[in-house]
Amino acid sequence: MTAGEPATLIAAPPGIMEPLPAQVLSVDKETHDTFTLRMEQPPGMAGFRPGQFSMLYVFGVGELPISISGDPEHPGELTYTVRSVGPVTYQLVTRQQGESAGIRGPFGTSWPMAECRGKNVLLIAGGIGLAPLRPAIYHILRHRGDFNRLVILYGARSPKDVLYKKELAAWNLLPDTQVLTTVDYGGVSWRGYVGVVTTLFKFIRLLPSETATILCGPEIMMRYAIRDLTARGFDERQIWLSMERNMRCAVGFCGHCQLGPYFACKDGPVFNFPQVKPYMDLYEL
Amino acid sequence: MKKQAVRFDDTGLTCLIELLRGEGYEVIGPRKSGPAVRLARIESAADLTPGIDSETSPGRYRMAGAPDARIFGAGPAAESPKRYLHAPEARLAVAERENGAFRIIRDTPAAPKTALFGIRPCDVAGIARLDRVLLRDRYKDPDYEARREQTFIVAANCVRSSETCFCASMETGPRAASGFDIALTESVNGRREYLAEAGSTKGAAMLAQIKAEPAAADFVKASHAQCEAASAQQTRSVDYRRARKVILRNFEHRRWDAVGKRCLACGNCTMSCPTCFCVNTKDSSSPDLSHAERRRLWDSCFTQAFSYIHGGSVRTSTKSRYRQWLSHKLAHWQDQFGETGCVGCGRCITWCPAGIDITEEFAALDSSSQS
Ligand code: SF4
Ligand code: SF4
Repeated sequence: MTAGEPATLIAAPPGIMEPLPAQVLSVDKETHDTFTLRMEQPPGMAGFRPGQFSMLYVFGVGELPISISGDPEHPGELTYTVRSVGPVTYQLVTRQQGESAGIRGPFGTSWPMAECRGKNVLLIAGGIGLAPLRPAIYHILRHRGDFNRLVILYGARSPKDVLYKKELAAWNLLPDTQVLTTVDYGGVSWRGYVGVVTTLFKFIRLLPSETATILCGPEIMMRYAIRDLTARGFDERQIWLSMERNMRCAVGFCGHCQLGPYFACKDGPVFNFPQVKPYMDLYEL
Repeated sequence: MKKQAVRFDDTGLTCLIELLRGEGYEVIGPRKSGPAVRLARIESAADLTPGIDSETSPGRYRMAGAPDARIFGAGPAAESPKRYLHAPEARLAVAERENGAFRIIRDTPAAPKTALFGIRPCDVAGIARLDRVLLRDRYKDPDYEARREQTFIVAANCVRSSETCFCASMETGPRAASGFDIALTESVNGRREYLAEAGSTKGAAMLAQIKAEPAAADFVKASHAQCEAASAQQTRSVDYRRARKVILRNFEHRRWDAVGKRCLACGNCTMSCPTCFCVNTKDSSSPDLSHAERRRLWDSCFTQAFSYIHGGSVRTSTKSRYRQWLSHKLAHWQDQFGETGCVGCGRCITWCPAGIDITEEFAALDSSSQS
């Protein structure tokens, strides 16, 4: 906890307080309601670390926090996977190539890639929560030798909601890599797993003491998953998760993202589980 | 260097106002304004309203005649000085569309020079709390910084406490320890006199221009003794050092259900609080879409929308929103910023239409965790 004042104040670099306009390079449909936008990285904007987010601004309409879902080592562009659920996200996913949107960021804490080094990495994603995990996957694949076994467990609502289908299949073919996808409702043509993501735990063979776990998805999913993991002997201190809260400013001024003693925008979104454990079971905290 | 302290009467006070105005400050001070003492523009010493007290109790505020002709006799003004530093509404940026693309321009209008004149020690402490959040955390809020730099603070130490005051227990008053340029302590012995102490070089330079005699030690002592008497008048208190433990331990206490039933979720407490800083942003555009702007507005954690994330709000019940507010004020603010988010001004008690009292709510949790 950081009750004391930070040692040095950071003079806000460009793109922190006001959005910087950026061109849309491409918009690709992932599912019926979810699209991936590649945007140019505005000049002067800092690079990002896996797990961080940006505030995306649509001229005159509004601004929303969106996780960065692209490759952190691909300079010059920023990728976002956006589900169209409201006026701002609708405007974002219907952008044409060459049109622009505003970007602020990158903001927040990041996945603990350094702590994962030399270990097995277990990634657990629910729904759109796979998007903020993808930069971590890209990072691991780029530096494959630094990590042991990579296991990705992914739960989606239905087969038509599964993101990054081709990539998931490709990753599953890589050595030392296992990808398991499950859905809540399969329908007649689905040949894969059905059930919540925790039902996949029985298929994984990872030594808990040598595994770092990263979760991103609905809070309820993360809560149950962590309960199961700790029951299986996984160390709480080796579990990290991303918490979603309302974010209006992303710089700790608006108060909307408060989570107990934290502002999720600056103390999170990525937390080590022991940091948030006392607060996760508090209903309507 | 000896701390500069002088003694003057109403002539000196008039002179201080004139000096501030002469330096281009808009002087904002407590004056009778409609049915309350509010912070409003002061053109000259004649605008100050002596002989007025404020009677406060949970959910109640009345102006009343004072037992003496003090200028700074009433308790905290109805509104805190927050609005002069952290504007209720501010334009943050404008955007212009230019052939398909757009350009965003930061909009921080030149901040007005403002002298907050005769504000209470709790409010001085409230400004220090805002400074910590908006200037001394990770980033600086440009609008707040610009206004803050243009602000001159003349505190008026309290020699009487209102019924809802509890600054003594929060250690923010009734005498301001720091955070001001000048602190006044008013005395009435047949005529009004002021002990004026400098709290900054700016304040000292200002005092040096006023014709006044140095304050003798016994005058300083007698002036300060009045503040100690005010402190002794206070009946409310919060043991803020226990707050983090008490609140976390009592998250599911039934007291929250009871207060949740009384609370109207109106947000009066957050609006009147000198430290509540939460804001929302609103984006809008001109009908032809050539021009857009972003505005920032005060927001309240008592609204349903405040905690909205896709799928619904985190805090749907009024109980949970009251709990969030009180927990932040007394406990989590300490985790975040190393001090409390409450300075004991009592406004949230006075201006709550349901008469909910933060000190009483905390005491209920505290007593049950002690037993
Ligand atoms: S919480 Fe209430 S008593 Fe405390 S500073 Fe805010 S308005 Fe004043
Ligand atoms: S505590 Fe009182 S002032 Fe605050 S929201 Fe509830 S009813 Fe309104």
